[in-house]
Amino acid sequence: MNRNAPPPAAAPPLAAPMPDAPNAPDIAAAAARAEDAALRARALNVRYGDFLAVRDIDMDIKRHEVTALIGPSGCGKSTLLRCFNRMNDLIPAARVSGRVFFEGFDLYAPDVDPTEIRSRIGMVFQRPNPFPKSIYDNVAFGLRINGYTGDMEEAVEKSLRQAALWDEVKDRLNDSALELSGGQQQRLCIARAIAVQPEIVLMDEPASALDPIATLAVEELIRELKRQYTIVIVTHNMQQAARVSDDTAFLMVDERRAGYLVEFADTHQIFTNPSDERTEAYITGRFS
Amino acid sequence: MPRADFDRDIRRARDELLLMGSMVEKAIARSLDALRNRDLALAEAVIRDDDVIDDKHVELEEFCIDLIATQQPMASDLRTLVTALHLGVELERMGDYAEGIAKISLMMGDEAPLKPLIDIPRMAQKASEMVRRSLDAFVARDVDEARAVRRDDDEVDALYEQVYHELLTYMLSDPRVIRRATHLLWAAHNIERIADRATNIAEHVVYMVTGERKYKEGGARG
Repeated sequence: MNRNAPPPAAAPPLAAPMPDAPNAPDIAAAAARAEDAALRARALNVRYGDFLAVRDIDMDIKRHEVTALIGPSGCGKSTLLRCFNRMNDLIPAARVSGRVFFEGFDLYAPDVDPTEIRSRIGMVFQRPNPFPKSIYDNVAFGLRINGYTGDMEEAVEKSLRQAALWDEVKDRLNDSALELSGGQQQRLCIARAIAVQPEIVLMDEPASALDPIATLAVEELIRELKRQYTIVIVTHNMQQAARVSDDTAFLMVDERRAGYLVEFADTHQIFTNPSDERTEAYITGRFS
Repeated sequence: MPRADFDRDIRRARDELLLMGSMVEKAIARSLDALRNRDLALAEAVIRDDDVIDDKHVELEEFCIDLIATQQPMASDLRTLVTALHLGVELERMGDYAEGIAKISLMMGDEAPLKPLIDIPRMAQKASEMVRRSLDAFVARDVDEARAVRRDDDEVDALYEQVYHELLTYMLSDPRVIRRATHLLWAAHNIERIADRATNIAEHVVYMVTGERKYKEGGARG
């Protein structure tokens, strides 16, 4: 493609640059980047009571990519993840300031319904947490709550297929979900999360309770899912972040124990040639 | 320190590589002595000793592979170990070139010398210096030194060009010397390749330190 070619006439410029504005290219570039972003966090802070848990987060999560959040224990990566679908609302002392933009609106605006947000931005947790119901009912659960009127059996099958679990459970959909292995339970939770057709799936250490084989199955699934969903994953396993993600954010804690973003870049860059010394020190294990 | 063992192992990989480097430098010097002094016994020793270099290379490679498998290195550690693997390959091949020069000596046997050797030993000295300096740059993680090695390669290339034209002149003036001139041309070619391999080492060092893969000055990759 010729980079110097003018844009097609049908596409108006996103931000008309002023002739003499020195930052005109910046505006255009920022507008172009915003188009790719599924989520944008701006000056995001989270407090638990008086304790500042996460501070000054600015980041753009790219659409249809896997973004990994890594960092030492207590650096606020799970707290940050929970900001992205207002899961922190469920923690009484938690207060979020700053903004998170999703599809152009602020997730924390007063008129936003957190329940609706959570159906569009799903979450998978560290420990598989299937409901004590049948495999089928686990996947159908969210659809029923949302008053889904389509073909329920088809929707359940589709979700289980997407979660790479269908072949293993198709003959026993009415068995209890608790009879599945840990790895199968986690894939069931992923099927449950994607059944309601979210745009984004947040995963909080989704493989940390799984054995290596089940972990690989979940990682393969994550790569498969990004074609349709935007994925943000918290992991303490750096090799996993390196394997599954497109972008990686590295967080650290400051002297007041508040988590902050050190470096956010292309995953290949982070793991082969990070630009920040602190990232280098962390991923090479020079501090723990 | 949480990674004292790993640091010690990386130092060991580096030391093994330097040991291999000194074996290669010695092989280059001895292959040239054998050529210049028509010392067939020495040439045979160079050929024999190349097996030791090859063994060292395998040992180094296994050590680095084990480290990668067990430590799963990242960032500068990863670049250092990948560089050590590349350097092993480069040095092993340099050893083969020295062995090649020794084999040429054997081929020449007791034939009369075509001419006194002047430029070829100069090339060899320059190439050997490049090997040593590229390894110094590796140890010191010195990008400037690595870039200087790359520039030295132009001198070796110029000398090679000179040797080539000189030998060509001999061959044109008297076709009966073609065989002897060709032997010397092969030797010069092997030295020219050693210098190229030293340049590769220098380029790997730049990558190890900076993470950048722009090999040629001016941006093009080669």
